[in-house]
Amino acid sequence: MADKKTAGAFDIRNFIGMLLGLYGIILTLMGLFGDKELEKTGGINANLWTGLALLVVSAGFMTWARVRPTVVPDHVEPVVDDATRPAPRKKPRSSH
Amino acid sequence: MSSTFAPVALAAAEPLIDANAVDYLIVGLYFVFVMGIGLAARRAVSDSIDFFLSGRSLPAWVTGLAFISANLGAVEIMGMSANGAQYGLPTVHYFWVGAIPAMLFLGIVMMPFYYGSKVRSVPEFMFRRFGTGAHLVNAISFAVAQLLIAGVNLFLLGSIVQALLGWPLWVALVVAAVIVLSYITLGGLSAAIYNEVLQFFVIVASLLPLTLIGLNRVGGWSGLQEKLTAAAERAPAEAEVASAEQQLNAWPGQALTGFDSGILSVIGIVFGLGFVLSFGYWTTNFVEVQRAMASNSISSARKTPIIGAFPKMFVPFIVILPGMVAAVLVTEMIDLKGGGTPTGGASGEVKYNDALLLLMRDVLPNGLLGLAISGLLAAFMAGMAANISAFNTVFSYDLWERYIRKDRSDDYYLRIGRLATVAATVIAIFTASIAGGFSNIMDYLQTLFGFFNAPLFATFILGMFWKRMTPTAGWAGLVAGTLSAVTVAFLSEDAFGTASLGVIPLAGQGASFVAASTAFVVDIIVSVAVSLVTTPKPASELKGLVYSETPKEDLVDPDEAARPWYQRTIPLAIVAGVMVLILNFAF
Repeated sequence: MADKKTAGAFDIRNFIGMLLGLYGIILTLMGLFGDKELEKTGGINANLWTGLALLVVSAGFMTWARVRPTVVPDHVEPVVDDATRPAPRKKPRSSH
Repeated sequence: MSSTFAPVALAAAEPLIDANAVDYLIVGLYFVFVMGIGLAARRAVSDSIDFFLSGRSLPAWVTGLAFISANLGAVEIMGMSANGAQYGLPTVHYFWVGAIPAMLFLGIVMMPFYYGSKVRSVPEFMFRRFGTGAHLVNAISFAVAQLLIAGVNLFLLGSIVQALLGWPLWVALVVAAVIVLSYITLGGLSAAIYNEVLQFFVIVASLLPLTLIGLNRVGGWSGLQEKLTAAAERAPAEAEVASAEQQLNAWPGQALTGFDSGILSVIGIVFGLGFVLSFGYWTTNFVEVQRAMASNSISSARKTPIIGAFPKMFVPFIVILPGMVAAVLVTEMIDLKGGGTPTGGASGEVKYNDALLLLMRDVLPNGLLGLAISGLLAAFMAGMAANISAFNTVFSYDLWERYIRKDRSDDYYLRIGRLATVAATVIAIFTASIAGGFSNIMDYLQTLFGFFNAPLFATFILGMFWKRMTPTAGWAGLVAGTLSAVTVAFLSEDAFGTASLGVIPLAGQGASFVAASTAFVVDIIVSVAVSLVTTPKPASELKGLVYSETPKEDLVDPDEAARPWYQRTIPLAIVAGVMVLILNFAF
């Protein structure tokens, strides 16, 4: 694998950050330009505030993933089979 | 099958909520991300250990949030908001007396045995401690329960899509099932767990605004109190609405238990719900324990439920509070609580389970509505995916490999796991139709948990700390405990709906608490009695499985002592314990 050093795009924090960020953008735009439906919310521009809060949380996740990236170890310790129970054989052993 | 769904499907000609293009865009984005995680995780799945246990490589905060999210499905969101609408604040006991202490206990006491013995499932622990009898009872009852519960989750998911968007129920069921199926078969447990973490944040992002806006509409906490008090005084006696005082105070919770005596009610909550039901659920349920087993060290495995306890503490605020708000704000809910039978809702007739949906309809603008729908879909998919990923592990390892086809290649079991996932999803579509027959999903699930988990907890805890307990006692205790719970449920007024005989004057959640407590006590008595007349396993076979036979250093992570306090199991657990005590006294 080429990207074995860090998890990169497959870091779950980037996934969360991206989705919440997109939601934040959509809701902020809805809050600014959409129907505010103030009679439903009791006078609060709920879309705008939620959108802004989501953008903040999203930025937080992206920063966290940037500052402390997940490092994928070169070698993951194989699960040691216990002779007392029938476990699925690891590929190297069953191949010969 | 179609005839079962037909009456429900017909009721939804008119969608409950007026979703527009932006709402659909938000829901659509969510599905793109869910599938994206499934595809990304696929690259990482190389052998069956990866598929089932994520290669034991996930950090504690990921497994901790997945631990919460796996349970933040239909039970929590719909069931707890329904309870909140019906009973009010005593519902918090499911969290602060129920879940949290049990989660801390799992992390501190039981996890070292699960993780340290390197078993791949809870039934496998059962096998090594007690042998075939107890293992079969546990593995089969667990597998069946998962299929039923996956059905419950799927049914709720389908009925929500039906109510909100106006799709026919069977279309909604199949679409939801196909999505869950594809990301689990693609990415296995990693995909399920990563999606659970994503789902957790989507759920919070959707329920938190709903709660805040709802509270704003009723005039804050004090406005909610006033409206609740007025509604309780106005309600006719035959509606049997709990007094405002009972709804606004967590203790003694008589409205929840249905007990006349306040002292008995407290005992019922602490022993029945807190000790037996919740410890049974959280400490032996492989759906939960599997999340911790996927972590990267014994320290992370122990911290998984403890880290999960922190967000879990605050979940009632975004689940129960909206239920309470709905009960005083939404016209149909006010009518229902006042003894009326309003029409509408997810099933044609408004039930407490609709509290959250109706509140969403009344207070959320388009945009936030789409986010809320995504949150609900996320919750139900998380719940169902958790059930199915636990099911396929138990089915492949504990049933198929152990009893049907031994010693096949790794690829073979991976393939069986994928086939089991497909089969489970198809079966869940059928069990979804069973779930529709119960008025309060919570009762139904609690009843099930009582049968499977309460005796299991008794057997585990006795087996972990009493080396004399024999293999025969293992299965005998489980069977006797489960049967006694079934008996109590049949004798109660409504634990099994109309099938219950009504010999014992117990109804609602109280009946489940008593059934579970009975199962626990019967299991202990039978296990001890049988152990005394049968032969125990030799002590040499109990290393790693029984406390007294396991070297203390095997139960802890040697690296942990060097870390700061907030990365260590016990200090974290103490902080969580103190916080939950404060919450218990504050409400």
